[in-house]
Amino acid sequence: MSKEKPVAVVSKHSTEYGTLRTYFTGYILSIILTLGAYLLVVNRHTIERSVVLILIVAFALIQFLVQLYYFLHLGKETKPRWKLFVFGFMVSVVLILVFGSIWIMNHLNTRMTPAQVNTYLSNQGGGF
Amino acid sequence: MSDTAEAVITFVPDTDKESKAIFGFWIYIMTDCVLFASLFATYAVLRNNTFGGPDGAQIFNLPYVLAETIVLLTSSFTCGLGILSARRRHKNKVLMWFSISFFLGLTFLALELSDFRHLAAMGDSWRRSGFLSAFFTLVGTHGAHITVGLFWMATMLFRIWQVGLTKANVRRLTLLSIFWHFLDLIWIFIFTIVYLFGVMQV
Amino acid sequence: MNYAYILGKLRGDVFPHDIVTIGGASTMAIVGLGVLLYLTFSHRWTWLWREWLTSVDHKKIGIMYIVVAMIMLLRGGFDALLLRTQQATSVGSSHGIVSPNTFQQIFSAHGTIMIFFVAMGLMFGLINLALPLLIGSRDVAFPFLNLTAFWLFAGGMILINLSLGIGEFSAAGWLAYPPLSEINYSPGVGVDYWIWSLQIAGIGSLLSGINFLSTIVKMRCRGMNLMKMPMFVWSVMGSMLLVLFAFPILTATLSMLFLDRTIGTHFFTASGGGNLMMYVNLIWAWGHPEVYILILPAFGVFSEVVATFSRKRLFGYTTMVWAIAVITILSFSVWLHHFFTMGAGADVNGFFGIMTMVIAIPTGVKLFNWIATMYRGRISLRLPMYWFLGFVALFTVGGVAGVVMAVPPADFQLHNSLFLVAHFHTMIVGGVLFGYFAGINYWFPKFIGFKLNETLGKCAFWCWVVGFLLAFIPLYILGFMGATRRIDHYSTSLGWHPLFIVAGVGAGIIALGVIFTLLQLIVSFIQRKDNLDLSGDPWNGRTLEWSTPSPVPVYNYAIEPVVYDRDAFWDIKEAARSGKKLPAPEYEDIVMPKNAPASVIIGLLAIGLGFGMVWHIWILVGLCFAGIIITLLIRTTGEDPHEYVLRAAKVEEIEKATRARGVAHV
Repeated sequence: MSKEKPVAVVSKHSTEYGTLRTYFTGYILSIILTLGAYLLVVNRHTIERSVVLILIVAFALIQFLVQLYYFLHLGKETKPRWKLFVFGFMVSVVLILVFGSIWIMNHLNTRMTPAQVNTYLSNQGGGF
Repeated sequence: MSDTAEAVITFVPDTDKESKAIFGFWIYIMTDCVLFASLFATYAVLRNNTFGGPDGAQIFNLPYVLAETIVLLTSSFTCGLGILSARRRHKNKVLMWFSISFFLGLTFLALELSDFRHLAAMGDSWRRSGFLSAFFTLVGTHGAHITVGLFWMATMLFRIWQVGLTKANVRRLTLLSIFWHFLDLIWIFIFTIVYLFGVMQV
Repeated sequence: MNYAYILGKLRGDVFPHDIVTIGGASTMAIVGLGVLLYLTFSHRWTWLWREWLTSVDHKKIGIMYIVVAMIMLLRGGFDALLLRTQQATSVGSSHGIVSPNTFQQIFSAHGTIMIFFVAMGLMFGLINLALPLLIGSRDVAFPFLNLTAFWLFAGGMILINLSLGIGEFSAAGWLAYPPLSEINYSPGVGVDYWIWSLQIAGIGSLLSGINFLSTIVKMRCRGMNLMKMPMFVWSVMGSMLLVLFAFPILTATLSMLFLDRTIGTHFFTASGGGNLMMYVNLIWAWGHPEVYILILPAFGVFSEVVATFSRKRLFGYTTMVWAIAVITILSFSVWLHHFFTMGAGADVNGFFGIMTMVIAIPTGVKLFNWIATMYRGRISLRLPMYWFLGFVALFTVGGVAGVVMAVPPADFQLHNSLFLVAHFHTMIVGGVLFGYFAGINYWFPKFIGFKLNETLGKCAFWCWVVGFLLAFIPLYILGFMGATRRIDHYSTSLGWHPLFIVAGVGAGIIALGVIFTLLQLIVSFIQRKDNLDLSGDPWNGRTLEWSTPSPVPVYNYAIEPVVYDRDAFWDIKEAARSGKKLPAPEYEDIVMPKNAPASVIIGLLAIGLGFGMVWHIWILVGLCFAGIIITLLIRTTGEDPHEYVLRAAKVEEIEKATRARGVAHV
């Protein structure tokens, strides 16, 4: 009763290391994505605006995932994936906080007349 | 009941010091992300409140920011190489890679501070408008984190130089590397949402 | 010599002028001085330092949290008596007992103290005491972090008490909305005291969140899968997840307000491109999760108490877990209901109104499950069950009042009225406070070693319930009659006076309840030899902590427990009763963490840092900050793991001495 052999293995982080190859891959991909976004914006007058915006957001999100995987080894955890769980929760909270705030603050002038809104905006120099 | 139950223990505590430390530190990093999210949310709400002052398109110098970005990204990369050397117990390589990271990080900070000083000298400091308050605080908080990271890195360089790659030092170096990588992650969003969007006048 | 560098904004006239504040500050100073003198003349400093202040034993830290919280309950409660007295007497030509400005400082202090130092303090206290034991662990994940978090909490508490005597406190309410909290409308140091005591205590909370979540994830004993954890542990997990993701929002927002006040930024200013409504948005994005942070562990306590005193397994374990998970997630989706009237329009208001109503559902599920647990149980009506039953009555009423206000058009009438004030007091007193009182009464014998006097406890309970009803039912009515919150004077013609008088009487009865609680502690202490908890299991408990001696040895479990099912201890007792022989225990060396003076130093330096921030003594800020860094550097120098080894022989000696009474062990 005192010293049974456990069936499952203790979750260690030994699968969560990188190699020279993975760090290099992550680095090169990040450089490409950074330069790509930069070049898009620098040449923005020759490309459709919404295309530029969508692409730079996409590049940012992809680089985010690239660095999370290649530098921070997220996703390489063995089960139970607690780090991933806490990460997922954080992302949800961040999305709710950021987009919720934008939605709410954007709507605060719902009950103002256009004239009132213009006065407010010109006082603030263009804000909500 | 207990006899058959004895064979099916499927959970065992994980009290390995490094494992606990990495998990705890990871959670701290998650809280730091929410801190930055609050600042990003504020920036998003205040980004057009220029109050007669300049907007992003007028003050952001994209090539300069690109240079900062590449410098920080490279610093994150060499930090990763430093950790690889630490796992292989190559003390001198660790010192080399982390010194490079330190130097690059310092360069990043110098570039950023120079930019801030230039803006403030022109009268476009955090006092000028809501937009500039949000800008300086968001980017400045990232810079403050970089500063903490640099102090930490210098401390680790000194300790490793003095006593070598002990278990504790490798553990702390791992935590530092998580911190340093996370700062580059945040920078991706600052680069995109503050600078690129700013120039695009989103 | 230019004294501005070392004095900042400090001047000669920083001491209070009105009799009430002078009285409060003097009382605190005299009592504090008295304690310090007693410690000095009875030569107890070494004992206090070694046994308590620097101890990383989570049980001692838990007790320290509760002691601090109880002291602050006295202060916050006295604030409440002043507020009630003012509102009961300041009618027509009379202007009560305090000036409007003092009144505003009192209600600001009352709310701030009760939420941040009483409720959070009791919560972290109980979690510290019970969590490691409930998961069969010998300690928390990060003992040094644990003590540091406590000292940051205590540091914030000391800072807010300093404001009573040196300077002033905020008069901007417990959440300090701009523009009132901005520098031009609150030029004094009050709001800065508020900001910095919360920042410091808030960092303590974050550290505790990291610690307790790591403890639950990493340190559960063998066999304790998630679905075998006691319900209290699940509730703490939900609460700590909320702490981790909500408190950084508070940190950021307080920082931005401080920057506005100090270096001229325009986050929330009325002009310059600021947006004061963003403050309200952010502070409630923290504030709503905060109330769920407070209530979830209280729910957890009730789950333990109801099952134990119904002598029955908790009904619906899985749905209880899901309810906690849903509440945790939804906590982040309702915050706008605190400012329906800020103008966001029907789409936004409608969404958040619906989400607010939805979040009431999982709470209802929990309530029904507790009642179902009691159904056909063999109920033992001990004091913790009294608190539970009081909770059922009060929380339901307060809860439905909340659902009324979840409807935006109704809220347009009721927002910031006394109806709102009555609602949230019902939730926090009837829910949070009753839950933590139940927890204290339930776990007291385990950690202190003797049982509390039940009669006095019941007197306290009845005073709290009757007093609460008398104090707050009038406020529900007054809210409907149009009375707003935070008023220090009103006209006789409104007809509000009689209701305020009843409310005042109610507050007095609650005060009597507090006195009974103090009496309960004192009398129980005096009679302790007759009420020793010899078996370690005074309530015939179901969970692991009841398998240890009372009070619990420093290492908690001499043999690390192995668990096969929920209600692990009940299992073991059943096995013992059925005649199963337990093998002789094999003791082993136990590694224990050493005391950590560094935590105390960090706490004291944090007070200095906060004081410097408040009074703009930048040298003090710099020195204290550097001091904290140096302390951490010293602590982390070298390989010292800051541990000592408790030899197996010593463990055996302690076990034999405390287990002479045949306690079943794991």
